[in-house]
Amino acid sequence: MNIKHQFDSRRYYIAGASIVFALIFIARLFFLQVIDSDYKSFADNNAFLKKTIFPSRGLLYDRNGKLLVYNQPTYDIMVILREVQTFDTLDFCRTIHISKKRFIERIEEIKNRKKNPGYSSYTPQVFLNQLSMQEYGALQEKLYRFPGFFIQNRTLREYIYPMAAHLFGSMAEVNRKELENDEYYSQGDYIGRSGVEKFYEEQLRGSKGYEIMLRDAFGRIKGKYENGNFDVHPVAGSNLKLTIDAELQQYGEMLMTGKLGSIVAIEPSTGEILAIVSAPSYNPSALNGRQRGKNYGLLEKNPDKPLFDRPLMAAYPPGSTFKTAQALLMQQEGIISDQTYFPCAMGFPYGSHKLGCHAHPSPLDLVHSIENSCNAYYCYALRNMLENRKKYPNIQTAFDTWKDYMVKMGFGYKLGVDLPGEKRGLIPNSKFYNKIYGQKGWRAVTIISIAIGQGEVLATPIQICNLAATIANKGYYITPHVVKQIERRKLDIKYKTKNFTGIKTTYYDAIQQGMYLAVKSGTATAANIPNIDICGKTGTAQNPHGEDHSIFMAFAPYKNPKIAIAVYVENAGFGARFAAPIASLMIEKYLNKEVAPERKYKEIQLQNTVIKLSGIKNNQFMERIRLVDSSHVSNSGSGRVD
Amino acid sequence: MFLILVLAGWISIYASTYDFDQASIFNYEERSGKQLLWIGLSIAIAFIILMLDSNIFDRFAYPLYGLIILLLIATIFLATDVKGSGSWLKLGGGINVQPAEFGKFATALALSKLIGGYQFQLNQLNNYLRVALIIGLPFIIIVLQRETGSALVYAAFTIMLYREGMSGLILFVGLYIATLFITSLKYGDTLNGITQVGDLLVYLIIVVVMILYLFTQTRKQVEGQRIAVSVLSLFIFCYLLSLLGIQINYAYVGLIAALSSLAYLIFLTLRESSKDFLAVIIITIGALLFSLSVDYVFSSILEPHQQTRIKVSLGMQDDPRGVGYNVNQSKIAIGSGGLTGKGFLNGTQTKLKYVPEQDTDFIFCTIGEEEGFLGSLFIVGMFLAFILRLIYLAERQRTVFSRVYGYCVVSIILFHLIINIGMVTGLTPVIGIPLPFFSYGGSSLWGFTILLFIFLRLDLARLERL
Repeated sequence: MNIKHQFDSRRYYIAGASIVFALIFIARLFFLQVIDSDYKSFADNNAFLKKTIFPSRGLLYDRNGKLLVYNQPTYDIMVILREVQTFDTLDFCRTIHISKKRFIERIEEIKNRKKNPGYSSYTPQVFLNQLSMQEYGALQEKLYRFPGFFIQNRTLREYIYPMAAHLFGSMAEVNRKELENDEYYSQGDYIGRSGVEKFYEEQLRGSKGYEIMLRDAFGRIKGKYENGNFDVHPVAGSNLKLTIDAELQQYGEMLMTGKLGSIVAIEPSTGEILAIVSAPSYNPSALNGRQRGKNYGLLEKNPDKPLFDRPLMAAYPPGSTFKTAQALLMQQEGIISDQTYFPCAMGFPYGSHKLGCHAHPSPLDLVHSIENSCNAYYCYALRNMLENRKKYPNIQTAFDTWKDYMVKMGFGYKLGVDLPGEKRGLIPNSKFYNKIYGQKGWRAVTIISIAIGQGEVLATPIQICNLAATIANKGYYITPHVVKQIERRKLDIKYKTKNFTGIKTTYYDAIQQGMYLAVKSGTATAANIPNIDICGKTGTAQNPHGEDHSIFMAFAPYKNPKIAIAVYVENAGFGARFAAPIASLMIEKYLNKEVAPERKYKEIQLQNTVIKLSGIKNNQFMERIRLVDSSHVSNSGSGRVD
Repeated sequence: MFLILVLAGWISIYASTYDFDQASIFNYEERSGKQLLWIGLSIAIAFIILMLDSNIFDRFAYPLYGLIILLLIATIFLATDVKGSGSWLKLGGGINVQPAEFGKFATALALSKLIGGYQFQLNQLNNYLRVALIIGLPFIIIVLQRETGSALVYAAFTIMLYREGMSGLILFVGLYIATLFITSLKYGDTLNGITQVGDLLVYLIIVVVMILYLFTQTRKQVEGQRIAVSVLSLFIFCYLLSLLGIQINYAYVGLIAALSSLAYLIFLTLRESSKDFLAVIIITIGALLFSLSVDYVFSSILEPHQQTRIKVSLGMQDDPRGVGYNVNQSKIAIGSGGLTGKGFLNGTQTKLKYVPEQDTDFIFCTIGEEEGFLGSLFIVGMFLAFILRLIYLAERQRTVFSRVYGYCVVSIILFHLIINIGMVTGLTPVIGIPLPFFSYGGSSLWGFTILLFIFLRLDLARLERL
């Protein structure tokens, strides 16, 4: 018995070991079930098939409630490779009009994880997108013969008016980076790539819905989960009411036919952009749909750069339009007053040089300096300011004071337009010149050309239009914007806030009067229209690559401005020649809704004018644009060349 | 208690085979219905066993054992192939029997008879051999049936043998070998370019075990300290050398440490002609030889599917769609249960058949998913109480025969539990053995019922003999 009892204590070891094992299991279970939540989401992915229901994208309306952009159903062929069985490939290819080679290529592309990072043979992959109605119909009938393939409905943007391609922007399939940056998207989704579509992507897209289906281990659908109680309904995107006037926009695009340049029109009291034209343009539908890739390539190669959004991105020297801004700040700084006269004998002499001017009476006061766009007047003013050592200790301080006014008037920085891609232009500061010339190396005359908007200063068309708006408002602007209302949401507060230029309201009187006289009797008589008091200022941006760019900036009516406008026509020479008449027609169209019959000839003349482009023959230019989409070309005009 | 476990198992089977168009838990066509039948029959068997005279078991232990062995041998030739295993006998009518399940209690009886015999002591070589023969025979036959999982259950008898006086050394050596095996396989990567992490760890374990042995099992603390200090300084020296820019393979350093410590011990043994170090020398030499042969054994002797199972279990291979699928899905199912579970019949993973074998070997997933952590805790707790109760019962037996038998029951059920719950939670390799009383299957249920109730009958006999 003794021997038998010798090992009795071992029962406790065995019992102890059992308890230890039980504790290990409990700890393990606790970890798996309570602490680690990964397994829960794995389980959901396993068992639930989330069937996406795409929301309809927000529609775009113009300021008067006219529908501009809507959605059209389209059909994508999806494929789950794991479920594909042998089928009649040739029949399939014929039905959707692709070659067998293309079919094999496409399958390879889908399987290539480098090109298609989200690939899995278990999940639906886009095989081909945007079938035509006919192809859809033909395929739908035969679909049962092609296991693994199915059709997914999506929507495609359609445009009522083939205009404002840069403004509306285009949609494209999400790329890898966008997929990584935003969880909302999944492979094959569409995203706004430019224009309003991009800037308001979040508001327009709405939110996707899901139907949760139960799926067994073999991927078979076993029905709806909990009778659809957990399904998420899609929320349609917000409709946007744009500030654009569809009529005016169309009219502007028509006037810009055959030319390079831009038109920007703003309602001064609200900052709402009434029209924003970039020429040359293209039909917006050319960049949506299956031909996007091909058309994008064509547009990109076009030497006239139709993809370049000129109103926001093109920075030109502002030319004489800049004189108005100069006149304002010089008054505010007390350098000049409306009673200041400067002489002008065909220009401004400095040292042995002379900055030229044209023939006009001399000397001139402020109002008439604007009317006649006198160069010398502004050179004297700028020199007097920069060399005033009583007011400013050195030229640097003086110049930075100058720069600060320019910035407050909306130059040198992005305005903050609700469109992507805006450029800031260039307003130099004293450091800029210190760098070039050295601390002591520059004087007022070194940089005198900026007084007349040449030299280093650069501004975009929208900045010039904004300048016109500040003059119309006598001292403030509201950040220009293209969206007036967002359904169910509020507009950014900055599109309602006044930005003051820091210049006294009364100083604007002389400028307005000068601009009024310029149109009535000065340099801009080309813009004159009876019955409408237009205030305008011409400009010519020097272009080292060819003919100068024609600029015109205006607002109207003189007392109670409703529209401010800036027109740029590249390579068109003196501002009054093309830009001024285009602006006046735009103003008339907007204010009177109709252009008077006696000015229709002007309209046709402008429309049919093709401004010669550097190195490209006119007919070639027409041809190129036509390539994009032969069915509706917004920019073709009648084809007559002057 | 038995009834609770069986009923819980039955409900779980119902839950795990439940489909969306399932009619009734009693439907004979479904597995839950069948399991009810098996339960009914097993209760009948239990009653029959309780009615029998307790001496029958003692008397018929060997004949029964012989009979089962014959049946097992016959199975090798008669069996139909079920999932790569040849352990099933088709009886017609869609009913299959797995004789291996019944081998367990027969072997347990035979062992009890042997050990309970007059003046039997587990310290003589020929007694060890007899025990080994009784365990080994069914083990080999079942391996021949390609049912390695069930065969491994026979290793569980070592727990009982330990209680009955088998040297703890054997258990220790077994665990030691398993540790070395796993370590050398698991850590295949290299440190600082050339050091094999697995090898280094193996040599370190060998040295540490050597030192621990010297401290705990002998009175040679001084020698132990010397070895510890010199091995430590060897490694520090090598580390300093490596700072000078010399590349050192620490695995070799480990090997040198182990070999030189071994040489030191052999030298001491020869000088003092003492036997104190003999055991530790043998263990160390054995461990070194073993660790050197692990790779060979692993890649040449084990079958590919066993290799991959071991690899997946050690986390060396991650292939959620392949071999690891079962374990991965099982972990997902259990993990998705959360604290309180998804509710009875509401499990999505098990309902949608993501977990293979979810009503047999992987039935614990259903519990984990639907009843959550609390449910699992309850089940594990129940089993623990059950095991402890069995140990208590075994210990109060008056005859060695009953006690040994009791421990056989403990050993087998404990082993099943550890491996089964371990494998569904991804802790142990996937060895296809059922969860006692839960998993679907008549053979296994009956096997466990017979196993258990023979013991309960023996326990009743304890009172009769008063």
